[in-house]
Amino acid sequence: MIKKMMVTFKLNGKSTDVVVEPRELLIHTLREKCLHTGPHIGCDSSHCGACTVDVDGMSVKSCTMLTVQADGSELLTIEGFAQGGELHALQEGFMQEHGLQCGFCTPGMITRAYRLLKENPDPTEAEIRYWMAGNLCRCTGYQNIVKAVQYAARKLRGEPVQTSYPLMETTTH
Amino acid sequence: MDATIDSKAVPSNEERLAKLEGMGCSRKRYEDPRFIQGKGNYVDDIKMPNMLVGVMVRSPYAHARIKSIDTSKALAHPGVYAVLTADDLKPLKLHWMPTLAGDVQAVLADGKVVFQNQEVAFVVAEDRYIAADAAELVEVEYEPLAVLVDPLKAMAPDAPTVRDDIKDKDVGAHGARKHPNHIFTWDIGDKDKTDRAFDNAEVTVKQDMIYQRVHPCPLETCGCVASFDKIRGDLLVYITSQAPHVVRTVVGMLSSIPESKIRIISPDIGGGFGNKVGIYPGYVCAIVAAIVLGRPVKWIESRTENLTTTAFARDYHMTGELAADKDGKIKALRVHVTADHGAFDACADPSKWPAGMFHVVTGSYDIPNAFVSVDGIYTNKCPGGVSYRCSFRVTEAVYLIERMVDVLAQKLGIDKAEIRFRNFLRKDQFPYQTALGLEYDSGDYEPALRKGLAALDYPALRAEQAARRADPDAATLMGIGICTFTEIVGAGPSKMCDILGIGMFDSCEIRVHPDGSAIARMGTISQGQGHQTTYAQIIASVAGIPASLITVEEGDTATAPYGLGTYGSRSTPVAGAAIARASHKIREKARKIAAHLLEVSPDDVEFDLDRFVVKGAPDQAKSIKEVAWAAYNNVPEGMEMGLEAVDYYDPPNFTFPFGTYICVVDVDRYSGETKIRRFYALDDCGTRINPMIIEGQIHGGLTEGFAVAMGQQLTYDDAGNVLGGTLMDYFLPTSMETPHWETDFTVTPSPHHPIGAKGVAESPHVGSIPCFTAAMVDAFAHLGVTHMNMPHNSFRVWQQSHALNLDQR
Repeated sequence: MIKKMMVTFKLNGKSTDVVVEPRELLIHTLREKCLHTGPHIGCDSSHCGACTVDVDGMSVKSCTMLTVQADGSELLTIEGFAQGGELHALQEGFMQEHGLQCGFCTPGMITRAYRLLKENPDPTEAEIRYWMAGNLCRCTGYQNIVKAVQYAARKLRGEPVQTSYPLMETTTH
Repeated sequence: MDATIDSKAVPSNEERLAKLEGMGCSRKRYEDPRFIQGKGNYVDDIKMPNMLVGVMVRSPYAHARIKSIDTSKALAHPGVYAVLTADDLKPLKLHWMPTLAGDVQAVLADGKVVFQNQEVAFVVAEDRYIAADAAELVEVEYEPLAVLVDPLKAMAPDAPTVRDDIKDKDVGAHGARKHPNHIFTWDIGDKDKTDRAFDNAEVTVKQDMIYQRVHPCPLETCGCVASFDKIRGDLLVYITSQAPHVVRTVVGMLSSIPESKIRIISPDIGGGFGNKVGIYPGYVCAIVAAIVLGRPVKWIESRTENLTTTAFARDYHMTGELAADKDGKIKALRVHVTADHGAFDACADPSKWPAGMFHVVTGSYDIPNAFVSVDGIYTNKCPGGVSYRCSFRVTEAVYLIERMVDVLAQKLGIDKAEIRFRNFLRKDQFPYQTALGLEYDSGDYEPALRKGLAALDYPALRAEQAARRADPDAATLMGIGICTFTEIVGAGPSKMCDILGIGMFDSCEIRVHPDGSAIARMGTISQGQGHQTTYAQIIASVAGIPASLITVEEGDTATAPYGLGTYGSRSTPVAGAAIARASHKIREKARKIAAHLLEVSPDDVEFDLDRFVVKGAPDQAKSIKEVAWAAYNNVPEGMEMGLEAVDYYDPPNFTFPFGTYICVVDVDRYSGETKIRRFYALDDCGTRINPMIIEGQIHGGLTEGFAVAMGQQLTYDDAGNVLGGTLMDYFLPTSMETPHWETDFTVTPSPHHPIGAKGVAESPHVGSIPCFTAAMVDAFAHLGVTHMNMPHNSFRVWQQSHALNLDQR
């Protein structure tokens, strides 16, 4: 048996201890030991970004990091976004702008967009597309994800926000 | 309670409509709060006490005899509970399983492997790390055999035989077999008449084209968690399935456990796109292991396993021919296809259609004569051809006809829009019987194309292109693609479509509770389509119950009525009809109860948004909420208590949504790099339920179409090795390369559907792919190019440019 190690980190503000093999990936620890199943596994090669979490102020694909490397770190996962029953502006944006369908990529998308808006509160569409390129989505075609990030950016800057899909303004049948 | 309502207290129609959130409004998705907070419940999120994890041992060879399998070292590894091989499954008669296409497939390789990464053994251990370690310890001795990868060479006398188990069978599930590697020949149409039309034609054109093998690649891979209660004899399986009820039936057939003891749950599913229709060996092995070990067993695919072993799509080698007069009026269509089905015919097609609904290949055009034949072929490749974001090979059919119409236009020097106008079915021809036996329900193609041409100022685009072509120094080539497709969705009428003998109906059960809220349970299962939102909107509009008070449940066979699931854009056309009809039944019963409460005849009571009003006396009314309460304490004499309805809807026909797509592409003649300058997509899916969700579906379908046309291909080398089994090599577009989409619509309701809805999610995929190719070919068309095979990645486009010497400065 491989010798196990104790790892301590802050997970969404809460001090957490886990005992893991040195080879265990952070995504597996988060999902299977911490029961934070928001971050997902979509590939084996760090391409899809579904497992994106924030580690010490950086977006990290948690399938590409060993849990032991997270010792002493501050981790933010999708579970840490809504505060006191209030959705984060990004969560609201994704919902208002229809930035998700199957929802599998969404936690990684939101986590990645969070870091983008921390570093660039007023990104252009091109900047959003560039920053989000490490997160794959198979359902939405990204157009509404871009709009969701723009919505959140406006809201976080204190500007008025409006959904592109008002409930009743339609011209159908 | 007073029988009347103060008319002043009744909110305005606008307020009541807003509260209902019925059809036509962009209701925000009920599903989203859980997903945006990381509270989705996907199969890999399921954790059960004492759960074990299984992983597959897979073949490195595409074709090899298995001389021996030694599992002893793996079994001796601490934490390992079982290692299954075909020999272990044999006593249970589970080493082979039936496929949806009438073939059989090895669950674990039985004597030989027939494609790379085929399942050879299943290791069950305490956790995924131990299971992966132990899988490395399974020792398999292979004797490599000659490999067949090219379907066009499969019928040669000296071709390697893929399937030893049926090599001497001269009849398959779909008729006579001509060769050990031959699966079926399927043809449809009048061959003689078509041949005569060709013999007498003023003009004919012919074009070969390859629709490459691609993969649906949903972001969540396949997987399951199986658990067996030995005392009660109950089997519970959480599974990534687009058709959970069918899974239950298949599991019942294989295991001999009665279906009443099997519960299949499809929880949240991270995208399907056809990939999650079939039954995969991993499911069977996990179930067997759970039964044998008496502990829950989880099996989750890796991405490489998903790309290389679960259902691929397409792989059609097609030849199209058109006969026409000099004005471009089409007289006949002739098609031959060699279809590479891989090593087992595991296509997810309705039982009677070995080539799916490929016979929609006459498209949007009035073609009087047509003949199509398809040869299905075995090769040493992964099995499971699925209808990837289309219903049953429609994508290939639309690709072929749209390419051929362009080829004909080019030969005759007729503009591509003009030739379509000359051949379109007219609105007054519907319902229209095609030469290949389909009855199109409704369509209005000409205004759609006119709207698209106007939106992009087509004459200006053509003028710009002409100027570009006239300039020998122009570095950028410009192509304009047009696709005017007709889809065929809503599978389907049970007289034509079934899976394993079960008709393709769908179902809905609605129960209205005493407080006026309701639950609807469905035979379908969403993989991101927003069913919970749109289904509630249908009930809201038909039965007057606010959508926010309706819970929609799917995917649990213990509670949902039997349904054939979600694929082929069938949820709205089939299940949506079931929900509309069940809602209508609720409304009719409610009307009788209201009449009873109002002490008038039911004939004197009419439905008004969310209440029942006495005709001519608008102040005499009962709300649906009041009626719901009365349904549980005060119903007319002889009426059953409660307010429930069930509907099993077997559609009379398919539905035929259509669209006009236009693509403008710029091509760098030196590098082969392309830029989609504009992409306009007009869709007509009949009645629109939720415009926001429709637009989202179209964006997604277009993006997947972009991927297929511009970059995707599952490539095999001559030894049958998959080149590109990871997302490092297999192209999934990111936000960077995905173009901006422009959407538009017209509304032509289906005449036979209860609410006129046709289904939409596959149209953008089906329609966009030929549109991209058309634009690419158009960029080179003035130099005599009539067709370019996909994917149009930079290298391949450069090759075209290079062949024409265009890359020289």
